[in-house]
Amino acid sequence: MTTDREFPGTPLSDSDISEGKVLIVEHDPNARYAWDAGIAIGRFLAELKKGRIVGRECHRCRRIMVPPRMFCEQCFRPTDRWVVLKDSGRVNTYSISYIRWDASRVKEPTIPAVIEIDGASKGMGIMHFLGEVKPEDVQVGMRVKAVWKPPRQREGSILDIRYFRPY
Amino acid sequence: MGLRRVAVVGAGMTKFMRRALETGRELSWQAASMALESCDLTLEDVDGVVIGTAPDTFDGVHMKGEYLSDGCGAWQKPVMRGYVGGGTGVFSPIQGWYHVASGLFDVVLVVGEEKMSSCHPHPQGAFLTIFDNMLERPLEPNLIWIFALEMQRYMEAHGLSKRDIALVSVKNKRNALDHPCAQVAEDISVEDVLNSEIMVWPVSRLDVSPVSDGAAALVLAAEHVAKRMTDKPVWIDGVGWHLDSAYWTNRDLYYPKYVEYAARMAYRMAGITEPRKQINVVEPYDPFSYKELHHLEGLLLCGKGEAAKLTADGVTQRNGDLPVCPSGGLMGVGNPIAASGVMKVAEIFWQLRGEAGKRQVPGKPITGLAQAWGDLMQVGTVVVLRI
Repeated sequence: MTTDREFPGTPLSDSDISEGKVLIVEHDPNARYAWDAGIAIGRFLAELKKGRIVGRECHRCRRIMVPPRMFCEQCFRPTDRWVVLKDSGRVNTYSISYIRWDASRVKEPTIPAVIEIDGASKGMGIMHFLGEVKPEDVQVGMRVKAVWKPPRQREGSILDIRYFRPY
Repeated sequence: MGLRRVAVVGAGMTKFMRRALETGRELSWQAASMALESCDLTLEDVDGVVIGTAPDTFDGVHMKGEYLSDGCGAWQKPVMRGYVGGGTGVFSPIQGWYHVASGLFDVVLVVGEEKMSSCHPHPQGAFLTIFDNMLERPLEPNLIWIFALEMQRYMEAHGLSKRDIALVSVKNKRNALDHPCAQVAEDISVEDVLNSEIMVWPVSRLDVSPVSDGAAALVLAAEHVAKRMTDKPVWIDGVGWHLDSAYWTNRDLYYPKYVEYAARMAYRMAGITEPRKQINVVEPYDPFSYKELHHLEGLLLCGKGEAAKLTADGVTQRNGDLPVCPSGGLMGVGNPIAASGVMKVAEIFWQLRGEAGKRQVPGKPITGLAQAWGDLMQVGTVVVLRI
């Protein structure tokens, strides 16, 4: 039955739109949000402002977790204490991006990566950029260290770390 | 478990298109009415409706389940919308299955829809909103980042090259030439894939499924009804779904454990102990070329890191020992998110009934599997079908 019959649907071409052959109703919702950072991420961001990366430890499963959380999702109980981690780590995986968030092309590629943070449990990483390195020189397993914004420019954001560089 | 046996008895779909004239409601109606017509039922025969559709941000209509509901035949009926991101298209038939298996309903209509073109100029802006709002969105991620990071990790773990993975794009886009609904069917070479522009290394343009509009639908029926309606019911013998940690930077991306757990659940239910021997045709989720390989491994259809070799050896071709994405998959037919998963179940339905026309795999397959994957990247949904 699948090949013998015509399937419905009417594809449009770019010119159908640009030449006004079909009618369109437009809307720009302009919805704005302000999220409260919460307890765990609130503290994490406040510590970034001081130039430190912190995690939370669960005494039952013994994981030291970053990003930190006030409850352990595996043990389903409160986590127990804050742990100051290092601002260095290891590249778990990376990519080389030639596009922005909206799919437009950039000239100079960025290098998004997952960085496993020293002092946290194995495999605990965060997403950030790599910098001061040519894309072709990046390798999985490479040691990297945070490059911070100057203290006065920090505002309690993941962007207080500009990127991680090889070291 | 005291569950009733459930069959797929009808299927329908629209063309998959970059931009459709029809609204999402009109597309839903086209697919739903075609599915009903294919098994000589009318809406009066339908006891309940399941609507599958991904984030509201694509259509730009809030409460999209309600918006689509008339096109899905849902008014004056019990209806539900389930949503697990990209996994929705196979999750919705699972929901339809338990509606019928439980004894609540005899006939259920399942409709998957997506109209991604409404978010313009490109829906990547909508994809941004799925990332963690505190720590990830400030970095202005593109959705492709996360796949590039996963693909790199997968390649690194198994020593694979982009060339190994490009074979999937070549196969699926070629398979899609035989699909009358295909959006991006092409006869291309591995070189074409490797030479296509790099979006986010290691992902090139021809490693990615397109942005699509479309809908697909299924009719499910309880055993006593199905047997009265058709002598070729396709039984849903196993279903499984599973969610892994949404802290995606805290787990090793090289292997999709959530797919394995979903598959194990479905295999247990279907009595499948040796999937590679017992499953004859597969439609794993392939929004990116490497994902087909990743998912074949998660489905336990080969060992970890072995899917590329199966592909290189031709095993996954339509005439191979284990045909994979004979439809052309998302890489060839297109990827209107929730509709594409339903399309995969429909393809297995057509393949097992011997109705797939030019796409028909040889050897009269009796067991097939469809799988989807989604949320940010940690949900697996699996359906095992038998004739």
